[in-house]
Amino acid sequence: MDLRDTAEEAAFRAELRAWIEANLGDEIRHGRFEEAGREWSRKLFEAGYAGLTWPKEYGGAGAPYSHQAIFLEEMARAEAPSHLGVIGLGMAGPTIIAHGTEAQKERHLRKILSTEEIWCQGFSEPDAGSDLSAVRTSARLEGDRFVVNGQKVWSSFAHIADWCILVTRSDPESQRHAGLTYLLVDMHAPGVDVRPLRQITGEAEFNEIFFGDVEVPVENVVGEIGGGWAVAMTTLLHERGTLGFALTAALESQLQKLVALARERGATEVQRDAIAREWIGLQAVRYTNYRALTTLMKTGIPGPEGSGAKLWWSEANQRATKLALELLGPEATLLHGNGYWQHQQLRSRGNTIEAGTSEILRNIIAERVLGLPRSR
Amino acid sequence: MDFSFSQEQEELRREARGFLETNADAPLAALRELGWLGVSVPEEHGGGGLSFVEEAILFEEAGRALYAGPFLTTAVVLPALPEVDEHAWSVELDGFVPSLDSVDRVLTERMQVVAAEGETLPSTDETRPLGRLRAAEDGDLLDGSFEPVRLRLLAGLALEAVGVAQRALELGVEYVSQREQFGKKIGTYQAVSHPLADTYVETELARSLAYWAAWSVAEEDERAPLAVASAKAQAAETAVAACERAIQVHGGIGFTWEHPLHRYYKRAQWLDAFGGHAASHRRVVAAALLD
Repeated sequence: MDLRDTAEEAAFRAELRAWIEANLGDEIRHGRFEEAGREWSRKLFEAGYAGLTWPKEYGGAGAPYSHQAIFLEEMARAEAPSHLGVIGLGMAGPTIIAHGTEAQKERHLRKILSTEEIWCQGFSEPDAGSDLSAVRTSARLEGDRFVVNGQKVWSSFAHIADWCILVTRSDPESQRHAGLTYLLVDMHAPGVDVRPLRQITGEAEFNEIFFGDVEVPVENVVGEIGGGWAVAMTTLLHERGTLGFALTAALESQLQKLVALARERGATEVQRDAIAREWIGLQAVRYTNYRALTTLMKTGIPGPEGSGAKLWWSEANQRATKLALELLGPEATLLHGNGYWQHQQLRSRGNTIEAGTSEILRNIIAERVLGLPRSR
Repeated sequence: MDFSFSQEQEELRREARGFLETNADAPLAALRELGWLGVSVPEEHGGGGLSFVEEAILFEEAGRALYAGPFLTTAVVLPALPEVDEHAWSVELDGFVPSLDSVDRVLTERMQVVAAEGETLPSTDETRPLGRLRAAEDGDLLDGSFEPVRLRLLAGLALEAVGVAQRALELGVEYVSQREQFGKKIGTYQAVSHPLADTYVETELARSLAYWAAWSVAEEDERAPLAVASAKAQAAETAVAACERAIQVHGGIGFTWEHPLHRYYKRAQWLDAFGGHAASHRRVVAAALLD
């Protein structure tokens, strides 16, 4: 047990920190996300920081997971914008690497790394949220192409995306996990209609996607026709697997701002106690991630320790942002400055819903970690 | 960065768990024979020449087994002595001495060594009653500061608390996986399973803090006081909540004297109270962040 960086990790951290210092200016940090994010993502790619843990043969850095953890920590510390290609880098790319054909790898992976093409995820539907096996978007095989019809929802980046990882039902007679097919869909194809969903914060971060007779060549199937469930699980494993460090890093930066606010505005004993509680919780989840990371690096499989990270983080972020509003006192609902805390607090209500609701995550822990009898 | 135990350390844990499962009331001398006392003291001072991380494993396992003897207090005092000795030790903190009736020497916060003479007070945790020393007599003064003893002690309390929480969780999981009502195992009902999922998450978080504290103490890291305060606050509260949820999912049987859960609950409350409740440690953390 040694909680310090190894010499090699320390060197990577120092080099990264110097690179951020030289490359992250205010125009990127405070710019509009879509333009600034594109610029930032391109710089990260050129410096070799995109796809750190991807294998070298697919254009990645082939670095250990510890580098990805350090990368996320340092990005949060510098308050850098997030990478515009998170769905491609974190979900579509790893899924294509695991299940894709050589032609798919050739066609997509490099453009994901360079953010030349942006990806979105078409999983959830109006009637298939937590229960993904209820998807109804249909894919009808006609010769050498599928014809896709249906509706997806809660799709981040769809309004700027070039490609979509889409879970469809290719066998209309099938039920639940059988008969699903995983497709790579060109978002510029005729019949794809993206409509932004205005959310509780007033902005439109998510979209609905409507598919009307959209033609998808059969070579865009990932895995087997009818074998989409297993492929989708790979995607979700990657969504949840690398999430812990990103979330901790985001919370770290949130708590830095909260502490600054408390110092500026003053805090009661009760509020000081609450701030200390959140700081302690942050250390707890950080070191829990380190434990899970060590297990992952030693065995190649993420340990169960980390399975609660997203569940815990989402509730902690809700408490922390609410605490900030309390520190603002009667000004809590005023949108002065850029309305940062008001926006963050409202946005935090989505945290316990997106990427697995807290109820689903508790089920997963109860059934898969504690081994309790299944509730469904 | 490597946040895991070595093979030797895992072996020590297996050995400790195996022994304590059937010997939770073994005398301190039996633990001494196993080489568990003075583990972190250098060999030239009669110790085991290992680190506080190995000691931490033993504290966690002692908590899990609700070990009755004055192991923790003896173990945290020994590194403060010039040489490991054969006494059973306790410490006086805030005027109270745990297990006064089963030790022969006490170290006070002023680093005085006094005989364990005084009054044992009726306590909810019968295996670890608190006592008060007889009116202060002057004992020999040890060299050095009490602070390292305090840090070892508080870290040890946090580790015991993790062991208590883990065992309470296991008891809860075992019970709801067997007990049936309305024709189903009650663990099927989410109103029953979700509180246990929360205990799992909180216990893993507390465990991480307790190991961080143990490593910081072992390395004399500058953040050790903060790590220890964090671990003590979080782990003790986690243990209390873990026991409360375990009692709840057991229904009536969990509320009886016959069932072992009440002993875990009382130990958890003891661990929270001794050395300061969670809020007092959060005050330390808040001061470091805000003042």
